Amino acid sequence: MAKTPVTFTLNDAETALFVDPGANLNEVLRRGAGDLTTKHGCGQGTCGACTVLIDGVPHLSCLTLAETVERRRIDTAGGLAGGPNLHALQTAFMEGFAAQCGFCTAGMLMAAKGLLDANPNPTRDEVAEAISGNLCRCTGYEPIIDAILTAAARMQGRAV
Amino acid sequence: MLSVETFPTLQEAAGAVGPRAKFLGGGTLVMRAVSYGDQSFEKIVRAKTVDRAIGSHAAGLRVGAGATMADVLAARDLEFLHPVARAIGGPAIRNMATVGGNLFAPNPYGDFAAALLALDASVEMADGRTMPLADLLATRDHVTGLVAGVVFQRPESSAFRFRKISRVKPKGVPVISIAVHLKRGDPRVVFGNMAPVPARSVGAERALANGSDGAAIDAACAACLEGLAPEDDALATEWYRREVAPIHLRRLLEDGGQI
Repeated sequence: MAKTPVTFTLNDAETALFVDPGANLNEVLRRGAGDLTTKHGCGQGTCGACTVLIDGVPHLSCLTLAETVERRRIDTAGGLAGGPNLHALQTAFMEGFAAQCGFCTAGMLMAAKGLLDANPNPTRDEVAEAISGNLCRCTGYEPIIDAILTAAARMQGRAV
Repeated sequence: MLSVETFPTLQEAAGAVGPRAKFLGGGTLVMRAVSYGDQSFEKIVRAKTVDRAIGSHAAGLRVGAGATMADVLAARDLEFLHPVARAIGGPAIRNMATVGGNLFAPNPYGDFAAALLALDASVEMADGRTMPLADLLATRDHVTGLVAGVVFQRPESSAFRFRKISRVKPKGVPVISIAVHLKRGDPRVVFGNMAPVPARSVGAERALANGSDGAAIDAACAACLEGLAPEDDALATEWYRREVAPIHLRRLLEDGGQI
């Protein structure tokens, strides 16, 4: 079966790939584009580990048909840092021990980025809601919520 | 080998769906099946243009089948359905899952379909046919064509209530879900996960036909299992569902809608 050409913007980089029929975006990002920051967890939309932003909005890459992202923008955890400078979310996660095994972290970061891009000053409940589709079996969620609130405060120049 | 066929419009795509070809809406059902190696279909059919419009209609309100749960949550006209949409998955799922897809979501999913059934929704098909949602649900495994939108009347204030019962808080797939539309003389009580598809509780509806006072609620809870056929699954046994359904119906009727 013929592959389908797909072009999209991946973390500011124009990307062109040939994808297999029925391939999901997660496979294409990891195997095709070589972006291993996006994790493959449950493959059924339950764990959120594969969360990416498509045109700025959180989506589950494992449930996204790759060819539907033609000419769209994909943001992954791999694009958060600016060179050696970590994103405020990454710094807050690191300092607040919001990552333990780390498998959920990429999805958590992107769910959090999607929230803060749309709502720079979220409440604790809004943060909890924003990550409610992302499972973490290590932290108990509280350090993650704290880290997102810390990052939000720093990004707004507020005292933590 | 899987193939993907893309059409400019829903109407054109409708001609390509069939027993071995599934239509891709938001992807939450079809791509999951692909990931798990489902061999029951060999073609994914998609349309480049999808109808996500939400607005007024001669019969009340119309929601395009391609509207996502996030679209529903953004629509002020659909405020009464916000608790239902909010109960479905996390934000990423809600950005993908469509109203049209939910009508075909197998148990334990399909909360939105249960809510629409309680609203006596009608379904517009891409070929122009219309049918009651109840008819679509009864035949959805072999229905021909594609759903273009759903139409329903806006319920009176507080007459519509919804409750999702899951074992994982705050988000989890439902053990059962209940949608109630307390129309005087013609109420609707719909259970999700108490039958192969969302189903009306004729016993509860009969009991609530003349009001929802304490005696009517007692009678509705006593009769609510009439005609329902819950099944065992990984979440709960059919026995458990039968035990808890009347309790949660009572809470919904007495306390109002809560998730």
